[in-house]
Amino acid sequence: MDTSPSPSGPGVLTPRSVEEARELLMASRPVLARGAGTKWAMADPPSGAWLMDMRQLAGIVEYEPAEFTVTARAGTPLRTLVELLASHGQYLPFDPPFVEAGATVGGAVASALSGPGRLRFGGVRDFVLGIRFLDGEGRLVRGGGKVVKNAAGFDLPKLFCGSRGRLGVIVEVTLKVFPAPRAFGTVVVSLDTVEEAAAALRDLARSPLEPHAVDLVPPEAVAGGWERADRPLAPSASRPPTTLLVRVGGSPDALDAWIGRMEARLGRRGLRLHGEAEAALWVRLRDLRWLPPAWRLIRLHLVPSLLSRAERTLGRLGAVRHYSVAGNVGWAAVPSEADWGELVRALQALGAPAMAMRGAPPGGVWVVAPPGEAFARRVKQALDPGQRFGPL
Amino acid sequence: MGIEKELARIYPPDARVTEPVALAAYECDALTAVQQLPLAVVFPETTEQVVATLRLCHEEGVPFVARGSGTSLSGGSVPVPGGIVIALNRMDRILRIDPDDLRAVVQPGVVNARISQAVAPYGLYYAPDPSSQVICTIGGNVAFNSGGAHCLKYGMTSNHVLGLEVVLPGGELVTLGGESLEVAGADLPGLFVGSEGLMGVAVTVTVRLLPRPESIRTVLAAYHSLEAAGDAVARVVGAGLLPGAIEIMDRLAIQAAEAAVHAGYPLDAAALLIVELDGPREEVEADFLRLTEAIRASGAYEIRVARDEAERARIWKGRKSAFSAVGRLSPDYLVQDGVVPRTRLGEALAEIERLSARFGLRVANVFHAGDGNLHPLILYDGREPGALERAEALAGEILRLCLRLEGSITGEHGVGLEKRTYLAEMFGPDDLDAMRRIRLAMDPREVANRGKMFPGEPVGEQVGVGRGPHPLERAGLLSRM
Ligand SMILES: Cc1cc2nc3c(=O)[nH]c(=O)nc-3n(C[C@H](O)[C@H](O)[C@H](O)COP(=O)(O)OP(=O)(O)OC[C@H]3O[C@@H](n4cnc5c(N)ncnc54)[C@H](O)[C@@H]3O)c2cc1C
Ligand SMILES: Cc1cc2nc3c(=O)[nH]c(=O)nc-3n(C[C@H](O)[C@H](O)[C@H](O)COP(=O)(O)OP(=O)(O)OC[C@H]3O[C@@H](n4cnc5c(N)ncnc54)[C@H](O)[C@@H]3O)c2cc1C
Repeated sequence: MDTSPSPSGPGVLTPRSVEEARELLMASRPVLARGAGTKWAMADPPSGAWLMDMRQLAGIVEYEPAEFTVTARAGTPLRTLVELLASHGQYLPFDPPFVEAGATVGGAVASALSGPGRLRFGGVRDFVLGIRFLDGEGRLVRGGGKVVKNAAGFDLPKLFCGSRGRLGVIVEVTLKVFPAPRAFGTVVVSLDTVEEAAAALRDLARSPLEPHAVDLVPPEAVAGGWERADRPLAPSASRPPTTLLVRVGGSPDALDAWIGRMEARLGRRGLRLHGEAEAALWVRLRDLRWLPPAWRLIRLHLVPSLLSRAERTLGRLGAVRHYSVAGNVGWAAVPSEADWGELVRALQALGAPAMAMRGAPPGGVWVVAPPGEAFARRVKQALDPGQRFGPL
Repeated sequence: MGIEKELARIYPPDARVTEPVALAAYECDALTAVQQLPLAVVFPETTEQVVATLRLCHEEGVPFVARGSGTSLSGGSVPVPGGIVIALNRMDRILRIDPDDLRAVVQPGVVNARISQAVAPYGLYYAPDPSSQVICTIGGNVAFNSGGAHCLKYGMTSNHVLGLEVVLPGGELVTLGGESLEVAGADLPGLFVGSEGLMGVAVTVTVRLLPRPESIRTVLAAYHSLEAAGDAVARVVGAGLLPGAIEIMDRLAIQAAEAAVHAGYPLDAAALLIVELDGPREEVEADFLRLTEAIRASGAYEIRVARDEAERARIWKGRKSAFSAVGRLSPDYLVQDGVVPRTRLGEALAEIERLSARFGLRVANVFHAGDGNLHPLILYDGREPGALERAEALAGEILRLCLRLEGSITGEHGVGLEKRTYLAEMFGPDDLDAMRRIRLAMDPREVANRGKMFPGEPVGEQVGVGRGPHPLERAGLLSRM
């Protein structure tokens, strides 16, 4: 252990076993679990919190490819999981971000962050089958199971998606996995206006062509992207997101015809990408690598029909914006802390739930809080009555 | 009595029932073996009425059960002794369809199949398709996290419910989730779905719609043994395919379905495999080649590919009617829905066959093989003394088998009243306690569907007609305490 709890002040707790995690937990308060933990905006630790670094509680517990399930300890790097699955032709369809940056299984569930590929088969919540966690009283609780279908008891695995360490410390997760598409292909189409691009996005998402991802990005996000993936965006740039990216995955022989029909539907031909360049483009987008790290960043929970309004609001403020998951997720970034005030007000007027991912907006991590606060408070009361994990 | 007067303040005469004769229609759900007369049945048409009713129940400590169409197979919608039934069938409006957002907002009493019908003109559908979809309601589907044949690829009800308006047991109206595919914050709609009516009454449900698949390929394969059909599933999965559905029916189920709906199934088969691929044309065609290879290599003695929608419908009609068709083979039957790991299906089926012989009862098997979700139908004759008890004992052994194999006691039908004892065999005391604490935080007086799901939760005084101990109680499967 790096640090054992002491009255002199908080530090980092590094349990190597569930039992140790429980002991450390009971001796410390408040506590916030963390995985690879770089984005404190989202973690937003309660003041004076002990940080419980979960990365020693790692390792695959069970993997049976024919079951389409895998069980891993919370601190397991997603990379370990992704590589293991790939060696059996399988993958995580929710397309988690920051695999390369070291993101962990527990953090992925607690933050409920999915990538653009969640469009086709669903997000983290749709793939979490089972969970084991320590609650605020130090009890080890199991919910869900290890089979792909299960309706017994309350769905605690889903509850923990997006719980941000506030309801308990996740120690183990069982995920559903799928056979991986044998190849992916992407078409990049430049449109003239955002309205046109948004209409195209909606049309494709409603079509029976079932794309794996449909994203709308500013030209900078792809310009030179596949040759020079590391070149960051100049802080002055904020061109409108008129570049449409459409991804499909499946049998290599089928992709070209499939993309061809997308293009026909759009009435435009685009730039087709395959192989490594294609994969690199999506990693770059998923991990927001094209965005300068210092920029303040907000994630919006949208619906496609809100996209035009969101765009008018954000465009006026000069924010950089990326609409992902066919208009269900929006990313908005501004260069500096000085830009928060106006952005926050504009987002509040828009009304869609919005959360800070980098930077600290006035008023806390939720710029626009999701509904259900009264319900959430009762759940919190049940699992963490002593507020060991800080307030919600 | 007092409650009746209070209800009269909330409901007009044609929206409440208290006469025993009329109440009898609500005394059980599709698990007909358990019956209980309610104190009253009310038919709210507005959210305000539901709020007022739950507030009343909370204040008076009167238990209630929300009810959709009463098709629960686990006793989930059986009235609570001394309690009120809140029948939601009149809250059956589709409030909004947003084709661009791929959403619909509906009231809880909307029948599942009606959503797909309503959105068909937009080329869309609602994916979860329980076999009971032409009668069961979205509210019931939400409470039980219902499934159907397409769960492996498309998930269960919870994967398609984005937002809810819920009246909590104290009468508080809350909104959970929203319309975005991504739930913000801890996944509260995810927790409510599957909570079996214990966290309150859903009064509005926002569901996700999907574009209707462009292309569908349905294959029927016949085998000389059940094991061979099971092995075929492993081959299909091993080929890296993700079919929309993989179903298996055994000989008894085939015969029953054939006699009932003349699906044209090969009658000499020991087992049938139904596999369906769906998606964009290019994808389905490419996968279809690999699928037929896998099935050919699996030793099927007959393979049929549906040539058109009519043939496909016929194949599914046989499968979907299998439950009720079994009624032709036997005056009574019990259906279970335990889950086992897919790779242990063969082992599970062999054990079920052994148990069937030991208990001297026939068992027909129809199951969602892709999910490992078994649906053993235990045939018995209720007129024969002790037969029901034996059937229940056999059902219990099958559930224990599922647990031994690290599966689950329910894939889609819920725990209800029927399987609550087994919940304690699936989860440990700390697990159950966490769930109980959540239940109590939502409903401190335990008025919402009291006695369901949790083992040992007091059910309360029995009212209505005295029936003596129920057979399930004698078998130790159920207790009222
Ligand atoms: C815009 C953005 C940029 C990011 N940039 C980077 C980056 O540059 N480098 C990088 O490494 N990561 C980055 N991340 C974060 C991170 O990699 C992903 O969010 C990842 O999916 C979370 O995994 P993690 O293990 O890093 O979780 P953490 O960041 O450690 O934690 C995320 C949340 O989950 C909770 N949590 C973590 N583990 C547990 C557990 N076992 N039980 C209960 N709660 C838990 C934390 O309390 C926190 O609220 C970024 C995230 C965002 C949104
Ligand atoms: C022939 C047959 C085939 C079936 N096939 C399937 C199948 O393939 N897959 C499957 O999953 N199930 C199946 N079932 C079981 C059943 O149809 C489902 O569980 C269904 O979801 C129940 O819906 P219902 O409207 O009848 O609900 P009910 O039986 O009325 O109620 C079920 C539960 O939901 C609660 N409830 C109802 N409405 C609400 C509400 N608005 N808010 C809160 N709680 C509420 C009730 O309190 C109860 O606990 C089948 C049943 C039959 C009879």
